[in-house]
Amino acid sequence: MVLEAKNISFRYGKDTRQILKDFSLQIESHERVGIAAPSGFGKTTFCKILSGYERPEAGEVLLDGVPLSDYKGYCPVQMIWQHPEQAVNPRLRMREVLKEGDEVEERVIRGLGIEEDWLNRFPAELSGGEMQRFCIARALGKRTRFLLADEISTMLDLITQSQIWNFLVEEVSRREIGLLAVSHSMPLLLRVSTRICHLEPEK
Amino acid sequence: MRGFNGRMKTALLFGMAVAFLAAVTLAGMVFSEEALLTDFSRKNLGPGIPYLFGTDWLGRDMFLRTLTGLSVSIRIGLLAAGVSSVLALLLGVAAATMGKLADSVITWIIDLVMGIPHILLLILIAYACGKGFKGVVIGVALTHWTSLARLIRGEVLQLKEALYIKTARKLGVSSFEIAWKHMLPHLFPQFLVGLILTFPHAILHEASITFLGFGLPPEQPAIGIILSESMKYLAMGRWWLALFPGLLLVLTVVLFDVAGESLRRLLDPGSAHK
Repeated sequence: MVLEAKNISFRYGKDTRQILKDFSLQIESHERVGIAAPSGFGKTTFCKILSGYERPEAGEVLLDGVPLSDYKGYCPVQMIWQHPEQAVNPRLRMREVLKEGDEVEERVIRGLGIEEDWLNRFPAELSGGEMQRFCIARALGKRTRFLLADEISTMLDLITQSQIWNFLVEEVSRREIGLLAVSHSMPLLLRVSTRICHLEPEK
Repeated sequence: MRGFNGRMKTALLFGMAVAFLAAVTLAGMVFSEEALLTDFSRKNLGPGIPYLFGTDWLGRDMFLRTLTGLSVSIRIGLLAAGVSSVLALLLGVAAATMGKLADSVITWIIDLVMGIPHILLLILIAYACGKGFKGVVIGVALTHWTSLARLIRGEVLQLKEALYIKTARKLGVSSFEIAWKHMLPHLFPQFLVGLILTFPHAILHEASITFLGFGLPPEQPAIGIILSESMKYLAMGRWWLALFPGLLLVLTVVLFDVAGESLRRLLDPGSAHK
């Protein structure tokens, strides 16, 4: 499958700064693309557009030639957010959070180092790193074809970071899930990606 | 209370408040006949045994009269607060989910109702609806929904923008499931606490419009009637006619507040560790 962003332009509301202009990118299922750019260059915004959370001002997002907005129900493009504590409902137990994913396999849960005991806890009873593992697992459901990882490991220590990335790289290669990794850590991107793409600032 | 953690203490407090209020309501219903009983052989007795709160100029037992009055007040409060909270929930959710026009209309009504002095609007509505039990309930119900509706509207608007709800949509979770699993657990505590905290308002307002003569009819042993009648006898030194019913009214209102506050603490998952 191919995920394609075609001439994307975006800004938040009229008369505000143009964040993205005429940006195009193509990702194939077997690829792991790294996006590197400093803060404020629209990395997160681009991910939100690619996964359908925001509509671009101009341009379109196509999955296998079909506009992404035409996919109803489960979205094959899943995004993992930088702040896991905002991405889980504070009033649901982690077991429920995980259940929302599309039949997440036991292998994924084990591979991410999620412990059985954590499933009965509320989000407030987990650390950021532990919560992020749940968010990653939730995004790795059966029907996920592309995964957008937006600074997913910034809150983790180096050992956990490498554990999670090792698992992710192996998992997406095995299942032929296209990966878009966003980070401002170049060494990390060089390690996990097959191709690096630079986001240029819009003036 | 050694051996109890904070959560158990709160639960105990909630239980005691509810038990007391239920007891008053039931007792008032059981003794409603006796409360009307006049007996000139025992008139104008001070507080003591067997008449705890004394008797009035018609020889009626003030303790039973107060219980019956409070029981009526609590039942009016229950009904009015219930109607008012459901109204608040419906309008608050409608404002937040049914588009811009619905939102501005409902917000405008909220501002309108809040803009008119509470007691004035209450008297107007109660009077227009024919006073009595029905008038008071309608009046209180129609004036007390606004702040809760505003709270719920804000909450739903905020929830709609929450990342975890947007994420759930992308995960293919249906709108109904989102409302049920994600929004309800946030709204329900707000609703329940709002409902309970409306009681004291409802009861006090019922008592005040009855006191002013726009509420319940004078033959009904209502707390507002008891207080307004006792006014005439205060100057004659019969202080017990106003003091004890007044104190019991304050106690009832405070207990509702305690119940609402402890329930709020119990429903908050963060409090599980205290």
